[in-house]
Amino acid sequence: MEITFKLNGKQVSVETVPTMRLLDVLREEFGLIGVKEACGEGECGACAVIMDGRLVHSCLVPIAAANGSEILTIEGYRETERHKVLMEAFAEAGAVQCGFCTPGFVMAIEALLRRNPHPDENEIKEAISGNICRCTGYDMIIDAVKIAAKKGEGLW
Amino acid sequence: MVNFYIPETLQQALEIRGKEKAIVFAGGTDLMVRARVWFGVPSRFDKPVVYIGKLKELRGVSMEDGVVRIKAATSLTDLLDDPIVPQPLKDAVSSMAAPAIRNMGTIGGNICNASPAGDTLPVLYTMDAVLTLQSASATREVPINEFILGPGKTAIQDDEILTEISFKVPKFDVYTFRKVGTRKANALSKLSFMGMLAFDGDRVADFRAAFGAVAPTVVRSRDLELKIIGKSKDEAVSMLPELLEDYSKLIRPIDDQRSTAFYRKNVSLRLLEHFLKKHLK
Ligand SMILES: Cc1cc2nc3c(=O)[nH]c(=O)nc-3n(C[C@H](O)[C@H](O)[C@H](O)COP(=O)(O)OP(=O)(O)OC[C@H]3O[C@@H](n4cnc5c(N)ncnc54)[C@H](O)[C@@H]3O)c2cc1C
Ligand code: FES
Ligand code: FES
Repeated sequence: MEITFKLNGKQVSVETVPTMRLLDVLREEFGLIGVKEACGEGECGACAVIMDGRLVHSCLVPIAAANGSEILTIEGYRETERHKVLMEAFAEAGAVQCGFCTPGFVMAIEALLRRNPHPDENEIKEAISGNICRCTGYDMIIDAVKIAAKKGEGLW
Repeated sequence: MVNFYIPETLQQALEIRGKEKAIVFAGGTDLMVRARVWFGVPSRFDKPVVYIGKLKELRGVSMEDGVVRIKAATSLTDLLDDPIVPQPLKDAVSSMAAPAIRNMGTIGGNICNASPAGDTLPVLYTMDAVLTLQSASATREVPINEFILGPGKTAIQDDEILTEISFKVPKFDVYTFRKVGTRKANALSKLSFMGMLAFDGDRVADFRAAFGAVAPTVVRSRDLELKIIGKSKDEAVSMLPELLEDYSKLIRPIDDQRSTAFYRKNVSLRLLEHFLKKHLK
């Protein structure tokens, strides 16, 4: 089945099995390995991408459901000013250790800030509640969001 | 390789469903977990699939003559964002999973999945929700308590799609929705409780209670509710021990990896007792 969608701003199409997971197509067909697989069951957020403006876990999306959609992965987001601010905030807060979870968290935080540029602590916790990090203990990630929201004033 | 149909209209979807007995795919957050194989391998479905997640006709919320109508493929996030959706249902939805799952997952999927731990179910039971089931040639309406038959079992026919959930919001003065899980996000319920009370001066004008994950289907009994309806608050309080005893007979939980029968039963009854004592004072 031919699937066409917009990926990181570019129109792309791919010939694949419709029930192939978006996660696999992004990694295997497009080499976007910033999209990680850990649980494969929707629980950890390592595979998070933004689809049509909303955060989704790409391990739960069959590629056919992405037909006609617009998808943003960490690789596309990396080109933006917002990403730069967010990454500096992550560094400042010490919010990255092994880094495996980081792309997923970054996508979740971008989805949050788009809807709500000035989130309070509870809103931040809620927004990243579908992401698991085994290293940092979350507090540093929450701090990073606060720093980014302040330093990136006007970007979101 | 199975066929994955992406119809453009509901009518097309119903025809495919009827002809191919296709699996209805809405948000896929339950189906994809079940169909999972291994990385790099397509998810496994043993029948053709019909995708309804993006059908405009199946998304959205409206209100007419006091009746709330929710299209079946409305996402959980859209329910939270809609001012028409009553707060008890929003409480239940916001207790579910995490944002990314709520962006995909639908209310119709939660109902048709018929998990004893489905979090929208206790609220929909207390609202006496009615489900509209459509096939290519017919439409019928079924009350939710007659639709859900047991864990993973519903009264849906293999040519039908759930298209709408409707209910009149009952008048209530106080309510509570409580979900007890291992942690707040991404945890299925060990048990859940929905309670509602309405008063007419000192009298109980309405009382509704539903329990999730403590029996094969949601526990709700109009007969038991009627025992305190019409009574004064004092009378109702004096009937509490008897009422709890009655509910204790209906609550028949099991032990599983999430919790034990003992814990589920005790906490359920405590939540009911606490809710009634607090508001019948
Ligand atoms: C990480 C994670 C956490 C979760 N947490 C919770 C939670 O806290 N509480 C909870 O209740 N659930 C939870 N779930 C389960 C799931 O997200 C919900 O049940 C969701 O509402 C399912 O909706 P869906 O559209 O994704 O269903 P789908 O997977 O598309 O479908 C589920 C079932 O319903 C059928 N179906 C769907 N729509 C229709 C229709 N319109 N007509 C006929 N049949 C239909 C499908 O054929 C399938 O059998 C969780 C899931 C994951 C992956
Ligand atoms: S790999 Fe998709 S949520 Fe864990
Ligand atoms: S930094 Fe290692 S999992 Fe989060």
